[in-house]
Amino acid sequence: MNNASRLDRCFAALKAENRPALVTYVTAGDPGFETSLEILKGLPAAGADVIEFGIPFSDPVADGPAIQKAALRALESGQTQARTLEMVRTFRQQNTETPIVLMGYYNPIYRYGAERFLSDAARASVDGLIVIDLPPEHDDESCLPATEHGLDFMRLATPTTDANRLPKLLGNASGFIYCVLVTGVTGCNMPNPESTEQAIGKLREHTHLPIAVGFGIRNAEQAAEIGHFSDAVVVGSALVDCIEYAVTPQVAIVSAHNLVRELAEGMFQARAGSA
Amino acid sequence: MPQYSMHLDANGLFGRFGGRFVAETLMPLILELQAEYDTAREDADFQRLLAYFQRDYVGRPSPLYFAERLTEHFGGAKLYLKREELNHTGAHKINNCIGQILLAKRMGKTRIIAETGAGMHGVATATVAARFGMSCVVYMGTTDIERQQPNVFRMKLLGADVIPVTTGTGTLKDAMNEALRDWVTNVDDTFYIIGTVAGPHPYPAMVRDFQAVIGREARMQIFEKEGRLPDSLIACIGGGSNAMGLFHPFLDDDMVEMIGVEAGGKGVETGKHAASLNGGVPGVLHGNRTYLLQDGDGQISDAHSISAGLDYPGIGPEHAWLHEQGRVDYVSVTDDEALEAFQVCCRQEGIIPALESAHALAEVAKRAPTLPHDHLMVVSLSGRGDKDMVSVADYLGEKSQ
Repeated sequence: MNNASRLDRCFAALKAENRPALVTYVTAGDPGFETSLEILKGLPAAGADVIEFGIPFSDPVADGPAIQKAALRALESGQTQARTLEMVRTFRQQNTETPIVLMGYYNPIYRYGAERFLSDAARASVDGLIVIDLPPEHDDESCLPATEHGLDFMRLATPTTDANRLPKLLGNASGFIYCVLVTGVTGCNMPNPESTEQAIGKLREHTHLPIAVGFGIRNAEQAAEIGHFSDAVVVGSALVDCIEYAVTPQVAIVSAHNLVRELAEGMFQARAGSA
Repeated sequence: MPQYSMHLDANGLFGRFGGRFVAETLMPLILELQAEYDTAREDADFQRLLAYFQRDYVGRPSPLYFAERLTEHFGGAKLYLKREELNHTGAHKINNCIGQILLAKRMGKTRIIAETGAGMHGVATATVAARFGMSCVVYMGTTDIERQQPNVFRMKLLGADVIPVTTGTGTLKDAMNEALRDWVTNVDDTFYIIGTVAGPHPYPAMVRDFQAVIGREARMQIFEKEGRLPDSLIACIGGGSNAMGLFHPFLDDDMVEMIGVEAGGKGVETGKHAASLNGGVPGVLHGNRTYLLQDGDGQISDAHSISAGLDYPGIGPEHAWLHEQGRVDYVSVTDDEALEAFQVCCRQEGIIPALESAHALAEVAKRAPTLPHDHLMVVSLSGRGDKDMVSVADYLGEKSQ
């Protein structure tokens, strides 16, 4: 297993446990560097199996109001790509097993210098990237170079991705497949469980990669319902809301970790009785 | 092989600019649009229909008018104005909207969305949506709503829902963000009519093709009047659709000089401007790679211009490419220079230009006096200025105090 990535190891272990992974999204630097770092550090203990760490961007066109505001808070507090990578390095001093995936838009990466960013991310022990606005048509921009740096490159499969397009979409994908079951921005309505089962079944015909379902999942009950069928459940906007509504940084840290604990409990219930 | 006019590759790239940098949800929609456009372009019935609406609904061809008094005023180059402000709805924007709505109809779409800055594209979109019986939602920043009230009311009269966008600075960039969020949510019935030569491929090339009617007409008209090609072309640039429309049919004519005029706001050196080529660096936004106003960390900066239609931190990718090729000269003029030219045009020609077009006229004011009398200069008068009365009154009041 020496060559297996952290993500591969994580999903293999969870498969053995027959439990779906809890993937948590928070925006790096939201609401400020110190608080965000404390939230990040506490996620694994609270029950996060995989961490998606958002690279804030001024114009997040695929995000709803919650994550838009998170990006603004982070940017106003002075977050940069360099600081995001610094946070990952700090996190890795205490945790060498929980995969961290950076998620964001291409421009901040491009401006940093795509090659330099990939190299710095790999050195900071980032495990993979999700770049919303880099479709497979632009794989030579960052997806293929990322793989050369040992970084996984996750793809989103959406309701508009038809069977003809899946081979192209999945061709260079690694890590896991991020399955979005509703059209819309982050924080929209939750998908219904029946269509979830069908969509995942179709995706499995095309890939052996683990399938994570995200967009619109807010609580433990919903997470358990979706996790019954998927290999992972992604929760983002609901966590980011904990930070927005917190009256103090300390409250933000505690309430975010509490929600993760509840969600993790949902993951344990997802397949109860079906093992 | 044409050197400049046929440079687009299969991935929608002009050199390194352009492309299709969109979320996966939109990717199949963009590919479908491209396929439909490729078919329509070769379809004689579509072209006939487009020509019919351009003539009888838009009012084309627009005149190429010899601006005798402006020519005398500046005392140099012979000036011709391409009168796009005489089109239905008062700007060049409808050339593109009529083309895109015919495509939307072919594709069976029933709901139209658009972004708007000055409101001219919003009005043109609301107009064609009304004509074709489609519902229409226009996203407009709150700053622009305030400074372009007459156009907001026009859109509402035409049956469009104008949705105020409060994010960012409440200008064109933010309106485009919201329109993209709408599109990614309503993928089945919705057609997004982008108003300029930006966005993911095929928009930059498609909008250019619909706007190229400006340059094709100007070319024929100048031959009729002068029996030869013009020496120079001048147009203002926000996203750059009127400029691209005028320039494109002349790109391979080496002897025709082209000048694109960006909005210099309070001056490029102040940082308060909208001159992406003169004050920006390459980046990726709204589906394409182009020159953008941004900070060192890739966060998009706010643009500043008295003209709402030019108040955008990016520029069409084909312009970015032409800039690097050196084929087109991109310059900038300030708010003050544009306002001065605005007033000269009003008084010399009895034409109230849009503040956008006044930027082109301001560059004319700089160049024309230095050029010989036999220098033929074609200027895109992209829109009329009725919408700008409040902005201009405020500005002149401020200056006189």
